[in-house]
Amino acid sequence: MSVAPAVEVTGLRKRFGPLEVLKNVDLTVARGEVVVVMGASGSGKTTLLRCVNLLEAPDAGRITVCGCTVACGREAVHGRARTKLVRTVCLHAAMVFQQFNLFPHRTALQNVIEAPITVKHMAKADATALGERLLARVGLADKRDEYPSRLSGGQKQRVAIARALAMEPDVILFDEPTSALDPELHEEVLQTMRDLAHGGMTMIVVTHEVQFARDVADRVVFMDDGEIVESAPPAEFFARPRHPRARSFLRLVRRDDVVPANVPADEDGTEAEL
Amino acid sequence: MDLISRTIPLLGQAVVITLLLGITSFLIGSVLGVGIALGRLSTHRVPRYLAVAYVSVVRGTPLLIQVLLIYFGLPQLGIVIPPIPAAIAALSVNGAAYLSENFRAGVLSVDRGQREAAHSLSMTYAQSLRRIILPQAARIALPPVGSRFIAIMKDTSLASVITVFELTRLANMVGSATFRYIQMFVVVAFVYWVINTVLSAGQEILERRLARPY
Repeated sequence: MSVAPAVEVTGLRKRFGPLEVLKNVDLTVARGEVVVVMGASGSGKTTLLRCVNLLEAPDAGRITVCGCTVACGREAVHGRARTKLVRTVCLHAAMVFQQFNLFPHRTALQNVIEAPITVKHMAKADATALGERLLARVGLADKRDEYPSRLSGGQKQRVAIARALAMEPDVILFDEPTSALDPELHEEVLQTMRDLAHGGMTMIVVTHEVQFARDVADRVVFMDDGEIVESAPPAEFFARPRHPRARSFLRLVRRDDVVPANVPADEDGTEAEL
Repeated sequence: MDLISRTIPLLGQAVVITLLLGITSFLIGSVLGVGIALGRLSTHRVPRYLAVAYVSVVRGTPLLIQVLLIYFGLPQLGIVIPPIPAAIAALSVNGAAYLSENFRAGVLSVDRGQREAAHSLSMTYAQSLRRIILPQAARIALPPVGSRFIAIMKDTSLASVITVFELTRLANMVGSATFRYIQMFVVVAFVYWVINTVLSAGQEILERRLARPY
């Protein structure tokens, strides 16, 4: 008998008007697992991530995060009961956004300690100690009193990661955390994420960073047209993508990817340049 | 000379009444306005429709009619309101409609990501509103709200038609008694201008202070 999974998504459906963005998606993420979700834009990966902490309301399916289940569609509960469930899910699953979404009227430290104080009613002194520890962990101890407008993109994203960590979540959801950053700032954010992964954090990461997926992911999930069409360990996925869309997608993202030194040649030769 | 020396004490009294009407109506109108804006932004249909109807009716009818309805109309239904409270009521009700639109625009202009971040941190709707959305919305709403404060200050002159002894009524009374209409209206216009210039300056200081952190 294994431990309960950190995240379990079953039968998830979501449509925006006539557009069916998620078509019956199932995804289970074990505790401590790092899952990288890849796919072309419009494949539904961001929507899937946003459904996990109910930023989008799915049309059908159920989402379980650390034993707390939110049913959607016909069996859904509504009103206060649902609000409470959604907040519990969010307590377990924190989110890191592509656009950071830091609070601009709060300093770095205030951003980090806002939710521990208002949501968890932590004493200000304890929250401040926690916030300082977390800022130090993401390498920004000296920026505690800066407003977000004074920080670089990479620093903002690291503050956002510290803010997510402050709620002591079981899972962190990353929605293209480096996509809004200049290329030279990617590494500092990715390094922070690597440290988290090595610390045993459960992570679901939507990203195009092939190298990160290869180094850190336990599993790569590939989405196409609202469905998960492939799910495999990174070594296997990058060496032998089975789905034709995965193959063509990888050819596209690899074109501007740094070529790693020690990649085994692929037998069919198409990805030989890696 | 005689006119001025006799009018000055009255002028002081009238200025106090004008300020009282303007400031009180602005404050009450702001509180009402926040409520109406939140109703308008609600996900529930009933408060949303009520707010839309309120703004539509109040903005679509003349303030003078609203003043007259409250002062002369309500007594017909057995509700008698003295002139000053009636004027404050009319100005508040009227100001709230405009102010609610200023507040609503402020809230809407706060990036959606802010609400999403608050949601992801398990903050309640009330918490995210109070701690995250409204502080940012206030900054955006400040210039139009300041303009509305000035507009309300000038609208207080309509209270003169329901016998409130404020600046406009003073000018009218002294003017008609002495036939010095030009002098009286110019003086009173100047006083309105001074009041509103002070308000503008205050608004500018506030804007600069709010702009500091970010």
